Amino acid sequence: MKFSEQWLREWVQPNVNTQELADQLTMAGLEIDGTEAVAGEFSGVVVGLVTAREQHPDADKLSVCQVTDGTETFQIVCGAANVREGLKVPMAKIGAVLPGDFKIKKAKLRGVESFGMLCAEAELGLAESSDGLMELPESAPVGEDIRTYLNLNDAIIDVDLTPNRGDCLSIAGLAREVGVLNKCAVTVPAIPSVAAEVDDVITIDVQASAACPRYLGRIIKGINVAAPTPLWMVEKLRRGGVRSIDAVVDITNYVLLELGQPMHAFDLAHIQGGICVRMSQPEEQLTLLDGQEITLNPDVLVIADQQKALAMAGVMGGEGSGVNSNTQDVLLEAAFFQPLAIAGRARAYGLHTDSSHRFERGVDFNMPRMAMERATALLLSICGGQPGPIVEQSSADALPTLTSIVLRKARIEQVLGLPMVETEVEDILTRLGLTVGAHEQGWLVTPPSYRFDIAIEADLIEELARIYGYNRLPVRTPAAATPLAKRPESTLSMQDLRRALIARGLNEAITYSFVEPQAQKRLDPEVDALALLNPISADMSVMRTNLWAGLASAAAYNVKRQQPRVRLFETGLRFVPSASGLQQIPTLAMLITGARLPQSWSAEPAACDFYDLKGDFESVLVRTGMQAEITFSRGSHPALHPGQSAQIEKNGAIIGHMGALHPSVQKSLGFKQAVFVLQVDLDAIRDVNVPSFADLSKYPEMRRDLALLVAHDVSVDQVFTGIKEAAGDHLCKLNLFDVYVGKGIDSDRKSLALGLTWQHPSRTLTDEEVNSSVAAVLSHLEKQVGATLRG
Amino acid sequence: MENLETLTQQALAAVAAANDGASLDQVRVQYLGKKGEITSLMKNLGSVAPEDRPAMGAIINVAKDTVQDALNQRKEALENAALAAQLAAESIDITLPGRVVQEGNLHPVTRTLERIEDFFSNAGYHVAEGPEVEDDFHNFEALNIPSHHPARAMHDTFYFDATTLLRTHTSPVQVRTMEAQQPPLRIICPGRVYRCDYDQTHSPMFHQVEGLLVDKGISFADLKGTLEQFLSVFFERDLTIRLRPSYFPFTEPSAEIDIEWVVETPNGTKRGWLEVGGCGMVHPNVFKHVNIDPDEYTGFAFGMGVERLAMLRYGVNDLRLFFENDLRFLQQFR
Repeated sequence: MKFSEQWLREWVQPNVNTQELADQLTMAGLEIDGTEAVAGEFSGVVVGLVTAREQHPDADKLSVCQVTDGTETFQIVCGAANVREGLKVPMAKIGAVLPGDFKIKKAKLRGVESFGMLCAEAELGLAESSDGLMELPESAPVGEDIRTYLNLNDAIIDVDLTPNRGDCLSIAGLAREVGVLNKCAVTVPAIPSVAAEVDDVITIDVQASAACPRYLGRIIKGINVAAPTPLWMVEKLRRGGVRSIDAVVDITNYVLLELGQPMHAFDLAHIQGGICVRMSQPEEQLTLLDGQEITLNPDVLVIADQQKALAMAGVMGGEGSGVNSNTQDVLLEAAFFQPLAIAGRARAYGLHTDSSHRFERGVDFNMPRMAMERATALLLSICGGQPGPIVEQSSADALPTLTSIVLRKARIEQVLGLPMVETEVEDILTRLGLTVGAHEQGWLVTPPSYRFDIAIEADLIEELARIYGYNRLPVRTPAAATPLAKRPESTLSMQDLRRALIARGLNEAITYSFVEPQAQKRLDPEVDALALLNPISADMSVMRTNLWAGLASAAAYNVKRQQPRVRLFETGLRFVPSASGLQQIPTLAMLITGARLPQSWSAEPAACDFYDLKGDFESVLVRTGMQAEITFSRGSHPALHPGQSAQIEKNGAIIGHMGALHPSVQKSLGFKQAVFVLQVDLDAIRDVNVPSFADLSKYPEMRRDLALLVAHDVSVDQVFTGIKEAAGDHLCKLNLFDVYVGKGIDSDRKSLALGLTWQHPSRTLTDEEVNSSVAAVLSHLEKQVGATLRG
Repeated sequence: MENLETLTQQALAAVAAANDGASLDQVRVQYLGKKGEITSLMKNLGSVAPEDRPAMGAIINVAKDTVQDALNQRKEALENAALAAQLAAESIDITLPGRVVQEGNLHPVTRTLERIEDFFSNAGYHVAEGPEVEDDFHNFEALNIPSHHPARAMHDTFYFDATTLLRTHTSPVQVRTMEAQQPPLRIICPGRVYRCDYDQTHSPMFHQVEGLLVDKGISFADLKGTLEQFLSVFFERDLTIRLRPSYFPFTEPSAEIDIEWVVETPNGTKRGWLEVGGCGMVHPNVFKHVNIDPDEYTGFAFGMGVERLAMLRYGVNDLRLFFENDLRFLQQFR
């Protein structure tokens, strides 16, 4: 909310400057977003009166004017269309300095001398742009300095209030707060009751009294709707961020800014019968002031007449019943609506008004009458007219009650860590306008009707802390009283897991959890991703069901920027809808593409492949000692290359997938090179085998190397399994040290070079024993996979 | 015996002239070998008068030792020279870069979070995590933000349906922890959070770390002390912090956490306050939702933006960099 500092200072006069005032409010929890001067920096501008105007002899669009400051008359050449005899305008005299350090000097325009300049609002920094000269009212005193006349030595202060402080959404509320902070008195302007001059009343039927516990209406007859809003009011509104519309609307807005009470003015001629405050009827229509035609939801409170809805209560008036240029009689409304009856209603129609903003947060339920009197007095003084009596409908049951709160002395210390002095407690609460009474444990405190945010003891303690000053409260280190943290050795920490991958040259990425639906579908075609109702954009509209879309997009970004080698990993949740509900699964994903190694004098240039990624993944498993638990079998993931993909399994359950992206997927994601990806459930790979010591054998190892020929489709896994089955109990190591395909070998077959090592825990094995094991292996493998010894 | 003297001189000259192991061995054989010239003098001692034999023998031995010493020295010198030559030949360019194993690195957000987790773990806090797709109850209701509460407008929330949403803060993890455990509680809740807002200073996804301490006798003073210590430890300097009254429905009193920040500009030193998070004493209504007695226990909670802390710590000037995953950015955090 923006407000004029000078307006505030009419109510309260603390001995602090603008910046100090802003700092004070910020430190009291009313955050000041900024302050700005209400006008540009200028001097030497006075109220001028155009006494004569003639056409410039040599220019169609220029006028030659005689302008007086009351003592002297100046000839000024002016290009504005609205300059005319009798007009009062801001006149910059010779020697004046306008915003932007623009000095006014004697000039000659098309041969005619000019001694000064007539100004538009924009030229004085009073508006962004303006159309013609600023027209001052006839009452403007000729010769007076414009800064004095328009009270321009003022600042606009922008306060960003938290939702609980609706009571400060007015000059009155801010003045109260400033008064408390500075211990100075607040001058509330006298608002006398205006006596009725006519008897006209309107019936008010409040059907929805829970939503509208109080409704005040007052007819004012015979107003001059065309009367101009006084300049002082226009300026206060402008400084409060409100544009002047017409006098009646301006007055209701003025009262809203001054007292925080939203009001509305109806054209009495457009109200059929009386006023009815009710919930909307099914499919009820309303055309709002802004021209929007809406169908009212059933939870919308409306102000209606006997026939139709006239306004959305507390939000916005209707087009048909508002004040217009033909209006003669008005009905002023000042009501108290329950915050919950208004909250969210404006937003449902994309609206947010000064009125809904206040009613949603709460307004003082005792304010409507005062506001009504204030608005009446202003209206009569500006537009004339004859007031009728105020009609009020209130239901005591529905109005908020002022309830007393027990404030325990001990609780203050328990929460704030400070035994606050009793007199200080009482002083702060009293200054805040709360009624403080005695109670055996401390005090019985009753907040005033405008502090509807204070309802419980904690609210009172916060007020004490706030006014006392958070930064004066004590500081302490909490005593450490908890047992040692558990750090299970049987679980791989995320720190260790990340470092295993980093050691392998992978960079950690963090990508958005919501991704582009097409890419998501390509990478996980069998799962329907969870879609956001209100995504930020189409390319961030579904929740990832795997982590590949984000990594692929990050990799593509880097490949486009000439990165020859991209290696990324990410950990995070993936979101998989399932019959039993949404599963949010902690996941590790990896992606590599490009060169295997950084280009170097010592490295053979080669592109990375499946086995690089597999090795990277296995480096994590090595840290858990659980490599044997995790197995790989040929995979069939639809996004992966069918010949170069594996599913990762643990105890027979699939825990992940890895492989080359399917060439068509790869292409559709914009890659010209092969891309290898892996994804695995994090929880499935973080079990760590806590070491259990085994005796070291004192006896020598016996090793035999075998070169076996097998068909291409025989997997190394099959061969290993066969060897383990046949090699006897004492095989302790099995190592594949070469795979050869090519010259010297049948083209249908590959050669596997294997090292087999035996060791007995308690004696030396004999050659015969080992030879017989080798023979057993060979015969078993021949039967199982058709392996033969390479000749 | 003149013969011996001459012979010795000849032998020493031959030793000196030998340029490699083979020629030196030849010299040894020629003079000291079984049939060597000096050896044969010793063999011929038999022809010397018996009374002269000891003296004669001694003289020959001296000559023999002299030659042997010369041989040994020469041998060592030749070996040293050979080794030196070999070493010279084996010299490499030690300025060539080492064989590459290029390490990767942590994302700066993780780097920041790991430091924070480390500090708090040492003070007895446990890391707690929870779901990111949350229900309305845990994200709002249990935190004293009923529907239609104006504070909901402070959270631009992503929804899946009327009651399912992306968590807007990690506070639901605090609720879930308090639902499951009675005090004393010390937890920190790091993780991704989501707000429907996207520009230079807002990302629709970012990270928060929240802390919660619930115990008997915990006051606002403990909160202030914890925050002061944490921020000073995090930024590794004595830091002035300021707590500014604010409003969160789930804490009371509530405060924004500002740190004093000094920036050197061409126009001189500028001092200002930068907001790094929010905090407060846990609201009694929150305790009631999770069946903790607010009269017996008090607690504080705080929350900070991890990207914000990382930006201040490392001087990153654009929030969006954190999620572009440009390697040139990531690799700066070695």
